[in-house]
This record gives sequence, C-alpha cells and structure tokens, in this order.
Amino acid sequence: MPMPRSTPSLSKKLAISVTVNGGEVRREVEPRLLLLHFLRDELGLTGTHCGCETSICGACTVFLDGRAVKSCTLLAAQADRRQITTIEGLAAPAHQPGSSGKLHPVQEGFWECHGLQCGFCTPGMIISAAQLLERAPNPSEEEIRRGLEGNLCRCTGYQHIVEAVRYAARKLGGG
Amino acid sequence: MIPVAFDYHRPRTLEEAVDILRQYGDEAKVLAGGHSLIPALKLRLAAPKVVVDISRLPGLSEVRRSGSGLSIGAGVTHHQLMVDPLIAKLCPLIARTAPEIGDVQVRNLGTLVGSICHADPAADWPAPLLALEAQVVIVGPEGERTLHINEFIEGMLTTRLAGHEIVREVVIPRAYPASCAYKKIRQSASGFAIAGVAVQLEKKNRKCSSIAIGVTGVAQRAFRARLIEKSLQGAELDEKTIAQAARQVTEEVNDFLSDLHASAAYRAALAQVLVQRAVLAALAA
Repeated sequence: MPMPRSTPSLSKKLAISVTVNGGEVRREVEPRLLLLHFLRDELGLTGTHCGCETSICGACTVFLDGRAVKSCTLLAAQADRRQITTIEGLAAPAHQPGSSGKLHPVQEGFWECHGLQCGFCTPGMIISAAQLLERAPNPSEEEIRRGLEGNLCRCTGYQHIVEAVRYAARKLGGG
Repeated sequence: MIPVAFDYHRPRTLEEAVDILRQYGDEAKVLAGGHSLIPALKLRLAAPKVVVDISRLPGLSEVRRSGSGLSIGAGVTHHQLMVDPLIAKLCPLIARTAPEIGDVQVRNLGTLVGSICHADPAADWPAPLLALEAQVVIVGPEGERTLHINEFIEGMLTTRLAGHEIVREVVIPRAYPASCAYKKIRQSASGFAIAGVAVQLEKKNRKCSSIAIGVTGVAQRAFRARLIEKSLQGAELDEKTIAQAARQVTEEVNDFLSDLHASAAYRAALAQVLVQRAVLAALAA
C-alpha cells in the first residue's frame, strides 16, 4: 500500500533580491510564497489587492519588468532580480529630484472621471490601463475594454473606467 | 490557497535542468510562465517536491527560423506570439490565435509550450498546432526526441512527456499563407475554450486545394476534423457546401465533453457553427 505523504517538510528558504518601486529589497522566502503575499505581508504594500486568488479578477495586478501580471499567479522567487512596480510606485515619487509627486495620468483619470466606486479593483485596473496605454497610446473604446479584460469591476459597469482611460490617453498626448 | 512546500531550482543551462529532473523524475515540475502550474499548485492538484524554473534559460524565449518554418522556444509567451513579426509572416494562424487566449496579464507570462504540456482539453493552442502539423521537441537524459503534436497530447491533462523530460521547443515545419482563422466561444470567467476551431487552408482558383481543421474544447482532447476536411478538399467553398460538411463534426469523435459550462450536445452544436465561421473567415483572410 502506498504510504501517505508524511507531514510536509519545510522547504529550503530562498534568498531573493527584488527591486520594488525603485528600491532593492532582500528577503529570505519560502519558495511557495506567492508574489502577492510577499508584497502585502512581507513588504506591507497593501495597495495590491487579493481578490479571487485564481488568476481571474486582476485585483492583484502589478508590473513585472514592465509587463502587467497577476501577482497571485507568480512565485516571489520568480521575481528574484526583477523589477516590480505596484500601485504605490506608479506616481513619480515625491522625493525624486524634479518630481512633483503628482499622480500618474491614469490615476488622475480615475480621480477626474470617477472611475471607481468601492475601489477594490482600482489598483489592478490602473496598472492594466497603464500597460494598455503603453502598447496603444490612442485606444478605441473597444481596445480599452479588451485591454482591461483581465480586470473585473463589480461596481461601475466599466463606463467611467473607460472614460478614465480616455482621459489618461489625452493627458499622455495620444488621444 | 497555499501550495504544498517545495524546493525551487533555477538552473543555468538546459543540461542542468534535465539533470535535476533525472534525480527527481515525477516528483519535479517544470515552470516556465507558471500559468498552468501555479493554479494547480494552489489547488494542490500538483504537489511536487521540486519546482524547476526554466524561464530564464538562454535561447528558450525566442522565435527562430527553422528550415522553411519556425521554432517557438519553451519560454515564448502568448504575448510574444501576438507581436512577433516572424510569426505574423510565416505562421499567421499562430498570431491570430494568441490574442484569443486568457487576458492581457495571462498572455504576458503564459507560454505556448507550457499550455500544451498541461494538456487542458479546453486550451486553445492544440487546435492551430494540429492544423499546422506542429512537432514537439523533447529533451531528456537520453537525448532528444520529436513527437507530432497529435502523438504528444494523449488525453485530458495527459501527454507523452516523461517526468524527467522537458519540451524545449515547438517547431512549425513550414510557412503557411494568410488564409487561416481561429474562432472560439470562451468560458467567460477563465477565457478557456468551450469550443474552438482553427482552420488553415490553401486555394487554387476558387477551389480549396488543401484544408486542415483543428478542434479543441469539445472532447477529451483536441482533434483534426478529418471527415470535414475530406468533404471540403477540392470543393468550391460556398456557404452551403461548408455548412453541409460541418454537420459531420458529430461523427469525428465520440467523447464530446459534458460539464457545468456546456452539455455534449451543445458543444457539438458550437463546434459545427465554429467550423463554418472559421472556414469562412479563413477564406476571407
């Protein structure tokens, strides 16, 4: 008879070094730790939200080397020696020379166009919108909706979000 | 949703990766984009002792020319396939399928090779890969071997890949013309195909000189619609002929899937409609 697997042995911890919002972070992590929990629980960056945990809702979206990814579907170990930008790091940091610490144009769009109600989906939505505008600076409404297909919002009905992205496109000089 | 504890390896060469797999065999799992493996880890459907991350292996994240066709490395993401100029030129069916997969974030990390190794019956890639006669190049401790995609995928979540082997690349053996299309009905939460049909055809005058149709999502595994292909081969492709041929989809396989998303009869009906739409779209392309 096959033996049941014995009590789970703890795996070897892993030393990782991740650049998060421009600053280098070094930690020892369990290999099974998800990037989402690394950001929230280890680093206290709770702007990245834990929604469905099944790669569907997009509330946990962050930038990994400039690509929007779902941090619930990534090991912290995969971010080793990579760059992560979370919602907290999207606006130009106020302490940087020459920066006013203003909101990112997409954040400003959500503010101006009322692109949120409860706000739970907003951080992920903004990261995905920023990715969209990098790839298509002047998107049509359909392109905006397709570009945000990986992010669910249960409040707004998406209309104000589309307007917020259009606002940001104009602001960035595309639209 | 916490995976079982495992050790993580990030080998520097493919040889090193194979060596780790040789030691651990079925207790190891290979990770590229992680978009099949990590969901399985979180649900504890997979509980490996060791995860081998091959995503940074040199040369694996490229699309390259290979003979008159091309090669897609194990690290190539769906997004890369959407935008790669070589893919668009030599294999437009791949470029047209890629945007239909998952969503932006999934396409940014998920890989074609990872998808076929997972062998989800609702995955998109097997449909175009069957139509394109793709070859799967496998490396292991005993060397290298190549399997046709049709042999590689055995059934639901099952392939012929051994525990100590890695798929290095998928090769599309030749270039294909622009007359192709992929049509699907998505499961609205996951984006997986409830039914998906890929068509690659070639025309001479107004007649169809060759046609390949791959169908996914509806059965235990993706398949070539050989009966429909035979009916359309050499025929003039008008709507009536296509519709008549598409009816044969129910005779192609006898294991149509039935689950909470769609009954077997509904899937068969979708497949029939999608064959028509995909053939017409390929003609118009």
